[in-house]
Amino acid sequence: MQQLYNFAVGPLAWVAWAVFLGGSAWRIASMWALARKKDMNAVAYMDVRFAARSMARWATPFATLGWRANPAVTVATFSFHTALVLLLLFAPGHAVLWDYAFGVNVWSLPEGIADVLTVLVILLCGFFAWRRLQLPTVRYVTRPMDWLVLALVAVPVATAFLAKQQIGDNLLMSTLHVLSGEATLMALPFTRLSHALFSPFTRAYMGSEFGGVRHCPDW
Amino acid sequence: MSATEFSGIAERRIEDANLIRGVAALTRERIERVVKAVTKGEAGARLAVYHETCMRCGMCADACHYCLSHGGDPTYSPVGKMEQTMWKLLRTGGKVDPDDIYGMAQIAYTECNLCRRCVHYCPVGIDTGYVMSMVRRICHRLGVVPLYIQDTAHSHSGTMNQMWVKDDEWIDSLVWQEDEARGEIPSLRIPFDKEGADFLYSVIAPEPKFRTQLIYQAAVIFDQAGVDWTMPSSPGWDNSDMCMFTGDYEMMGRLKRCHFEMAQKLKVKRIVMGECGHAFRSVYDVGNRWLGWKFHPVPIVHSVEFFWELLTEGKIKLARKFDEPVTIHDPCNIIRGRGLMDKLREVTHALCSNVVEMSPTREHNLCCCAGGGVINCGPPFKGVRLAGNKAKADQLAATGVHTVVAPCHNCHGGLEDIIHHYKLGMHTKFLGDLIYDCMEKPGAA
Repeated sequence: MQQLYNFAVGPLAWVAWAVFLGGSAWRIASMWALARKKDMNAVAYMDVRFAARSMARWATPFATLGWRANPAVTVATFSFHTALVLLLLFAPGHAVLWDYAFGVNVWSLPEGIADVLTVLVILLCGFFAWRRLQLPTVRYVTRPMDWLVLALVAVPVATAFLAKQQIGDNLLMSTLHVLSGEATLMALPFTRLSHALFSPFTRAYMGSEFGGVRHCPDW
Repeated sequence: MSATEFSGIAERRIEDANLIRGVAALTRERIERVVKAVTKGEAGARLAVYHETCMRCGMCADACHYCLSHGGDPTYSPVGKMEQTMWKLLRTGGKVDPDDIYGMAQIAYTECNLCRRCVHYCPVGIDTGYVMSMVRRICHRLGVVPLYIQDTAHSHSGTMNQMWVKDDEWIDSLVWQEDEARGEIPSLRIPFDKEGADFLYSVIAPEPKFRTQLIYQAAVIFDQAGVDWTMPSSPGWDNSDMCMFTGDYEMMGRLKRCHFEMAQKLKVKRIVMGECGHAFRSVYDVGNRWLGWKFHPVPIVHSVEFFWELLTEGKIKLARKFDEPVTIHDPCNIIRGRGLMDKLREVTHALCSNVVEMSPTREHNLCCCAGGGVINCGPPFKGVRLAGNKAKADQLAATGVHTVVAPCHNCHGGLEDIIHHYKLGMHTKFLGDLIYDCMEKPGAA
């Protein structure tokens, strides 16, 4: 198990980062090339000012009709993404890895805050799962891919929690955490997690169309 | 977590002669070929990214009048309709049965008005209107289009107008309205083909066909405002476009080219369009792109904006105000498509002494359920519109007024239908109706 852990935090981590970065770059570059080839009747209207306006609006809780109409989803979505990004970048364990792999000293979250954020993300994964199971409008359009991406987030965070709280075999949980985290990293460009790559473009395009052509708010 | 617990379109299939005929001629191979030709050949990154990044969160359900009117039935939500159509086609690579295409056509043509209200609900920025338009494009290329709207598309092909109006009938209609109007304003003319006029006035073919008095009213307004205008005597006068809605983009391109070229031939400074929403969408937003113009070779102005100009510049003076309380319906194609919500209100408030806003209002207003070509799918699908827009009927009733200002032809048709069906005791008015009624007419006999 120790060998597997060492492999996971060593060579496999580099592979995961390479797949994530290379895959993301390839997906964005190839999609942009396809857009330039086939979608110039949309690309031509891209406008930085209107794109930024739309992105800022949608990045503000309750600043749009959709957010206001779905308050629980709004609170959950903003909390979920904020906590996740904070943990990814600044969890104490991750700060050690930043230093170990890149020699970079990164500020880290206090232990207590990191624990709270970890529990919060787990609970919010539960909330999103509950929506997919219980709300007809969500259940009707939920496909295996949606469960996969939820699991790709939930498993690394849950195993991090178990490892941190010394529940179960610590080495096993730590190994599972690293492996599942790397799976998520590698899957991001190739699953619906790719909304992290593409939604800035779809948002920017909608903002540009509504700002520059339709002269109407898109929120 | 499958679609099986909700039957969706399968349980609400409606007979349409052309859908039946079109589907009977399909094979799985042909469907797959056409789906790939459209999704891989015509479409590109936009469609692929929408499919990939739609998070299936369901937030758009609250946006759609069909979904609201059917008690939150998920098969009517924007994402539910994309799931039953384009998402299924992309997921399967077009490997579906002819029978599936029937349901997809019914959803795309009759259960989505392409109103884009769901844009205000989607954090990611998915454009359901675009996705459903691409479903229609596939259906068009498969020859599976509802009979009535296909007939209007045929009319466009045969006559370059939507209503089979012959060239001499068009001229007769204008001369007839000029004669009628001269009874009221003896000096009035409808100027044909006047080169270099300030603007060309274009209308949709249903105006000469069914609502000819609107041409009379427009002529009186323009004449009394003292503006320099013209109408064309030959094809190119009709700005409407059902081909845009059937998915016949080649024909849409011909129509828009004809319209723009007529304006260029007459060397007018701009085109002013009558109170129609879908035609504005076609000329201002869609047809120009198909023809490769980023914007427009001749500036395009909708009547709402033009009336606003006439009033603010003092070219029209009002003899009185309309005293009954009115409410304002916001047509999607000129509000969400052009941002005319403020000018619409300024004009309405100038004309009416008591304006009661609907809730929601402006760009968040609910759709009429007629646009997007849905009303043009004809009598077989009238019930779809009536049941699918109870939400609008409730919204109208809550205003407590009897007059709805709606500067769009399709909105008039759709609203009148639900007003009658739900016994709301209301009626609709164009801005032109109100201006004609309330304006000073110094040239009147």
